[in-house]
Amino acid sequence: MSEVKKIATRESYGAELVAIGKEYPNVVVLDADLTKSTMTCFFQKEFPERHINCGIAEANMASIAAGLSTTGKIPFMSSFAMFAAGRCYEQIRNSIGYPHLNVKIGATHAGVTVGEDGASHQCVEDIALMRAIPGMVVMNPSDDVEARACLRAAVEYEGPVYMRFGRAKVSVINDYPEYKFEIGKGTIVKEGKDVTIVATGVCVDSAVKAAEMLAAEGIDAEVINICTIKPLDGELIAASARKTGKVVTVEEHSVIGGLGSAVCDALAELAPTPVKKIGIQDVFGQSGTADQLMAFYGLDGEGVYKTTKEFLGK
Amino acid sequence: MNKLELQKMAVEVRKNLLIGLHAAKAGHPGGSLSAADIFTYLYFEEMNVDPKNPKWADRDRFVLSKGHTAPGLYATLALKGYFPVEEMVTLRKLGSMLQGHPCMQYTPGIDMSSGSLGQGISAAVGMALSAKLDGKSYRTYTLLGDGEIQEGQVWEAAMFAGFRKLDNLVVIVDNNNLQIDGEISSVCSPYPIDKKFEAFNFHVINIDGNDFDQIDAAFKEAKATKGMPTAIICKTVKGKGVSFMENQAGWHGKAPNDAEFAQAMEELEKAGEALCQK
Repeated sequence: MSEVKKIATRESYGAELVAIGKEYPNVVVLDADLTKSTMTCFFQKEFPERHINCGIAEANMASIAAGLSTTGKIPFMSSFAMFAAGRCYEQIRNSIGYPHLNVKIGATHAGVTVGEDGASHQCVEDIALMRAIPGMVVMNPSDDVEARACLRAAVEYEGPVYMRFGRAKVSVINDYPEYKFEIGKGTIVKEGKDVTIVATGVCVDSAVKAAEMLAAEGIDAEVINICTIKPLDGELIAASARKTGKVVTVEEHSVIGGLGSAVCDALAELAPTPVKKIGIQDVFGQSGTADQLMAFYGLDGEGVYKTTKEFLGK
Repeated sequence: MNKLELQKMAVEVRKNLLIGLHAAKAGHPGGSLSAADIFTYLYFEEMNVDPKNPKWADRDRFVLSKGHTAPGLYATLALKGYFPVEEMVTLRKLGSMLQGHPCMQYTPGIDMSSGSLGQGISAAVGMALSAKLDGKSYRTYTLLGDGEIQEGQVWEAAMFAGFRKLDNLVVIVDNNNLQIDGEISSVCSPYPIDKKFEAFNFHVINIDGNDFDQIDAAFKEAKATKGMPTAIICKTVKGKGVSFMENQAGWHGKAPNDAEFAQAMEELEKAGEALCQK
């Protein structure tokens, strides 16, 4: 088996911004002193006039982005998920969400794969926060291909969008010719009949690995990749749930308010089904390497495999 | 408009904002009245706007950062012709185009939704920055409360505007000295306000914000100032124009009852008549 290419989705963000910048002259990028981490440094190099470093003042950055968008600019405001969604929640809610302004939020360093910096920088609540804002699109891409597709979709969509990217390098899993991205549409990565595993972001790779381990034991899991958490492809998930009768959700985010909650919301109305939510179980993260933390919180392939097996009573 | 016309219009602004507040039985008269002369000057003298084309791309922009004084802005916009003054009685009511705090999707002429203090100035900075990026000549104005500048975001925005030399931006502070819990100097003093903006690389002008001569001179000076943003610190009287509301913190956020409304309107009618004698 050939070596799988690994790219951090924040790198995808930085690279695709440059490509988009060339096509859309009204795109501007804002950052708050993290250009080399969010990777907006590439855009800054290419378009220095259109890159606005706001210094360490994220709240101001969010509202400046709002003001810029009222004049026809398409601002991409960039910071770590902790500061973008966390610190700026109210600016995003009131100055961007309420007037439904065309601001794109590029939140990098989401989740525990931030790693060694520890819990202060590991945002596992951002999906919950952003999902609660009316009209906000929330996307959590699983790899480089999907991250770039998210950016494309975001720039073409009129309205506020929250995009979640990671610090750690992750396997490229969507690099196949038929791959197609659409806001609000999930993808069946692997068909199956015994259990549905719905995953988002870096956990899609874990779900695929878990499905392989389950298959070796005769358990046929269906794997669904949900990149757009809002609006959620509830019909796709419900159809799968009706078929398999059991659903597992996997996310590098708190089990409160994230993908698991969104899936439960949808299934409760469309197809009530037992659900097991794999994610951060209402705790703060901690220091460690990304791989160690994924394993510690049961978010890697092994963890998803074990929890799914237990859930199935096997 | 000349000074007398502006004074007369300001009386109309005050009457109409009170009509709205009285009908709504809620809202913020104190800061609406203190800023009524500033609203009037901006829309009837200073700003290049077209009420028939509120989204005109090259218009001057105004962001009411102290969004709770929306009734003052609504009355001004109505008198300017953005929408009928008859709408004022729908203020704060279900289905109204006049929300409790400004929302750009509801009301023609509102350039930015606001109400959560400290955010409007940053949005105004974004608008001014956009004009600079595009080489456009429109100017951006934002009005802040003196209590509002206790918000840290205001100073993030001020630092950015000063650093970026946004001379197309005018920050106006309505220094009526009162916030909900009392005098700003006793709650958590932001004084000296002028020195703070100076330290953030603003050109600062101190004026009486209820005096049209001084307002006129200040905005002309702001327009002539190049290479740095201007802050106009306006000493004003909270509740200005209604005797029993003047300098009373209690009138920050409550509406007049029928008797109080009648008295206020009578006072303003008299003030208007006196101006007509001139």
